[in-house]
Amino acid sequence: MEDRTVFRSMGVLQERLDPLIHARVRLGIVSALAAGETLSFRDLKVLLSTSDGNLSRHAQKLEKAGYIECIKSFQGRMPLTEYRLTPKGGVALRSYVEQMEHMLQVARSATHSRGGHRHETSPQPIESDY
Amino acid sequence: MLIEHGPVPRRTQSPQNQASEHLRFIRDVMERSASFTAVPGWGMVVVGLTALSAAWIASIQDSPDASLMVWFIEASIAVMIAVLTLYWKARKSGVSLTSGPGRKYILTLAPSLVAGLLFTVALWQAGNTELLATLWLLLYGAGTITGGASSVRVIPALGVCFMMMGIVSLFVAPVWMNVLLALSFGGLHIGFGLYIARKYGG
Repeated sequence: MEDRTVFRSMGVLQERLDPLIHARVRLGIVSALAAGETLSFRDLKVLLSTSDGNLSRHAQKLEKAGYIECIKSFQGRMPLTEYRLTPKGGVALRSYVEQMEHMLQVARSATHSRGGHRHETSPQPIESDY
Repeated sequence: MLIEHGPVPRRTQSPQNQASEHLRFIRDVMERSASFTAVPGWGMVVVGLTALSAAWIASIQDSPDASLMVWFIEASIAVMIAVLTLYWKARKSGVSLTSGPGRKYILTLAPSLVAGLLFTVALWQAGNTELLATLWLLLYGAGTITGGASSVRVIPALGVCFMMMGIVSLFVAPVWMNVLLALSFGGLHIGFGLYIARKYGG
């Protein structure tokens, strides 16, 4: 497979990527909630090393899209904001991971068809059972 | 650069490396997130219940050696319960116990437990068992604080409580040690375990 063909295939695959998840903080939020069930705003902020405003903005976008659920309560007198991944968000993340794995396969097959001269570092298979 | 607006900064040029970096990012966040919840709440509750039973059985023993044996058996059972429930929780979260969070928690807690075991044997051989409860409480507290450093704040808080109980035990008569151990290894584990199970899913 020629480089141009590979890049064209990659371009098509990239267009299919979910723009809501394809951003560092939003992908981080969804990934964290996929493993952590329920996380507070503060836990997410520490985990993703981001600011209050940035996290709030991205979380709102995900919430609006129905990918995450926001639970507001009180811990003593302090307000507590927690997030949980919705089934729709779980499906979106799985789909995103599958698309990334597909892109890897396309790139690998292109490398092999060139005789395997270019050795790329292969990732370990990611567990998709969220 | 094909994935130029993605979550991973522009470090590598090939699409294959870009996709790999994205997948690594997801896995890394998931592992770190799971570390927030790797400690099994229900496991702690069960450990707390066995500790309460052990405290009662130890308190009706005739000799300190027999009481010590009860606590030694309890510690073995507690470790088994902890490892099993850690494994189940890690599996439920979709991560391996031997990968990031589980490994980190075990490796940071284990040195304190090993030190506690060695000191217990040494003090028992020297015939000085009065300070054992203090030693256990302080070492377990220290291990929990370091083991929970990357976890939810409630875990280091549990460690602090154990250390405080350890300090209290310095001023309590040896006859009350089983009560103190019941309150800490039993009561604290049950209380904190229920909180973790309710708040962090199991």
